Amino acid sequence: MTLTNRSKPVDRKPMTFLESIYLWNIMKGMGITISHLFKKKATIQYPEQKRSFSKVFRGLHVLNRDAEGRENCTACGLCAVACPAEAITMEGAERLPGEEHLYREEKYAAKYEINMLRCIFCGLCEEACPKDAIYLSQTFAPANYGRKGFIYKKDDLLIPHPVLEKEAYQKALGEKATNN
Amino acid sequence: MHLLVIDLWFILGKATLIACIIGLSFFVAMYTTLAERKVAGWLQDRHGPNRAGPFGIFQPLADGGKLFFKEEIIPLASNKFLFLLGPGLAMVTSLVTSTVIPWAAPVTTATGTFPVQVADVDMGILIVFSVVSVGVYGIMIGGWASNNKFSLIAAIRGASQMVSYELPMGLALIAVIFMTGSLKMSEIVSHQAEHGINFLYQPLGFIIFFICALAECNRTPFDLPEAENELNFGYHQEYSSMKLGFYLFAEYINMFVSAAVMATLYFGGYDIPFVNEASWGLESWIMSAISFGILMIKIAVILFVFIWIRWTIPRFRYDQLMNLGWKKLIPLALINMIISAAVMLWLKK
Amino acid sequence: MNITIIDILWWFLSVVAIFSALMMVTSKNPVYSVLWLIATFFAISGHYILLNAQFLAIVNIIVYAGAIMVLFLFVIMLMNLNKETEPQKNRWLKIAGALAGGCLMLILVAALKDAAAKEQVASVNQGNIGLIKNLGKELFTTYVVPFEISSVLFLSAMVGAVVIGKKE
Repeated sequence: MTLTNRSKPVDRKPMTFLESIYLWNIMKGMGITISHLFKKKATIQYPEQKRSFSKVFRGLHVLNRDAEGRENCTACGLCAVACPAEAITMEGAERLPGEEHLYREEKYAAKYEINMLRCIFCGLCEEACPKDAIYLSQTFAPANYGRKGFIYKKDDLLIPHPVLEKEAYQKALGEKATNN
Repeated sequence: MHLLVIDLWFILGKATLIACIIGLSFFVAMYTTLAERKVAGWLQDRHGPNRAGPFGIFQPLADGGKLFFKEEIIPLASNKFLFLLGPGLAMVTSLVTSTVIPWAAPVTTATGTFPVQVADVDMGILIVFSVVSVGVYGIMIGGWASNNKFSLIAAIRGASQMVSYELPMGLALIAVIFMTGSLKMSEIVSHQAEHGINFLYQPLGFIIFFICALAECNRTPFDLPEAENELNFGYHQEYSSMKLGFYLFAEYINMFVSAAVMATLYFGGYDIPFVNEASWGLESWIMSAISFGILMIKIAVILFVFIWIRWTIPRFRYDQLMNLGWKKLIPLALINMIISAAVMLWLKK
Repeated sequence: MNITIIDILWWFLSVVAIFSALMMVTSKNPVYSVLWLIATFFAISGHYILLNAQFLAIVNIIVYAGAIMVLFLFVIMLMNLNKETEPQKNRWLKIAGALAGGCLMLILVAALKDAAAKEQVASVNQGNIGLIKNLGKELFTTYVVPFEISSVLFLSAMVGAVVIGKKE
């Protein structure tokens, strides 16, 4: 009894003379391989060419700033709670007078670390964030020689300043942030 | 009184030629490894190695350098001397085979004619056979000296394969020899220049010879001695570093030389087929250079077919291999021999 | 007296042949013995080439060094002969062997002492009887009957091998 109609019964007929001398079938096989010589290569030559990611790709995290360049994050810790891999740690601090141009709210993250070796890039931190402070970009963590290099500090995560470094900011935004 | 009567110029000339041919063998073998990987890539819709230099032309150097810097391991329980002798023997036998191949048309100068061939001896092609039959020892000694059961079994597998496939090879060759009436390589070439290439008269013989050459070079579909994935790495399992490199390299030199032998025996050697190039009236050294290029093109085509077959056909099982050799190829070669002999006798009448 | 390159080669090959033959007899490891025997074959083939018997030289290498010694190696390697498995040799057996060898040596010396061979100089690098064309003509005209009989002998050996192989 067949469960699907995809299965093919094995042909157990004895070989015909033409098959038994192999030569003809070998020629056929060689015809197939030589035809592949002229086909388009499937390779993407990595450092020069890059495969484009899909719009919903979840890559390296970025800490967002608002239009004036103030950090969105208030160190509420919801992302760390949401994280199933426990990759996020942070320390909050109170905004001092005179720092209003740096941080949007009265509280900010003095320390913010993501361990990229633990992170599973599920995007739950992005979902959990009430301030739109963290989102997952369209790049991935590059290779590194040591484990330390995979623990991303706040400096590594923060998006470039939208006013002072306009081009870098636009680049870092990518296709992701255009809709908000 | 002369203490030593030696024709110094003769020896010097031959020594230069030998050095050139060995250099050529190494060079071609080096780039055959690259071609192998490139063609493998192309046939599998990939690019092949293309990072070391433009189009990857420095890849063989990188591979060689890598092998040189690998750790050299000699197993403690192995037979040290024979363990070292094995790869050396494999290399030497593969290099010696090229002595009797005429590489280009002879150069005529004011002082005489110089054949571009190390030794145009009466035995000719038989020398190739004798050296190939001795080439088994490189495999057997290496496999035995490793003191590893799997290496030994692989070595014996390889040796019996090579011994078995020498027979149909020789039988297929006999038809060519009595068409020419000589074993001399130079005469085989000149006969083909006169009467057309042997492949036209001996297509079956060529196919048999080609299949046997694949088996002698341990190429797919007959690469059982070194079936990496199912039978261990074969007789060079215990080898590392440049000793392994010697074995692998000797195989590519064997490929090159057997392609040269096939080009000479069946495709007219350095002669341009269907063209009477003697009527062009060129200088002899220019003619020689052109003929060398022609031989190289023929060799390159045959090498490509070698590689093409490797990336098409899976490996035979060992009993299939032996059945093919003893029950199919030997009777076929005998029939081919008898038919050609009968036809030749009939034509002579 | 002129020393030609052929003289040098002759001396070299003779020394190699005798030395490797001695090593073949005296070496403890049977695999070494086989390898030394192969070296002896090569030296003897070199002598054949000096006598311009090229066909004999090549056939000596193809048949003896290339085929028969491979089978020897097969057997020896697979039997895994070494010191532990070496059978105890009887002292009388050794003495008998030495005696038999000595007798053979004596006969050879006696036979060669009076032979005219020592006055004859080997025709080095001349004489074409060893070349394949002349050899073939001789074999198929003058010596055709012994040649064919020996081929029948080979055929019977082959048939015998097949019969033994089919027995099981």
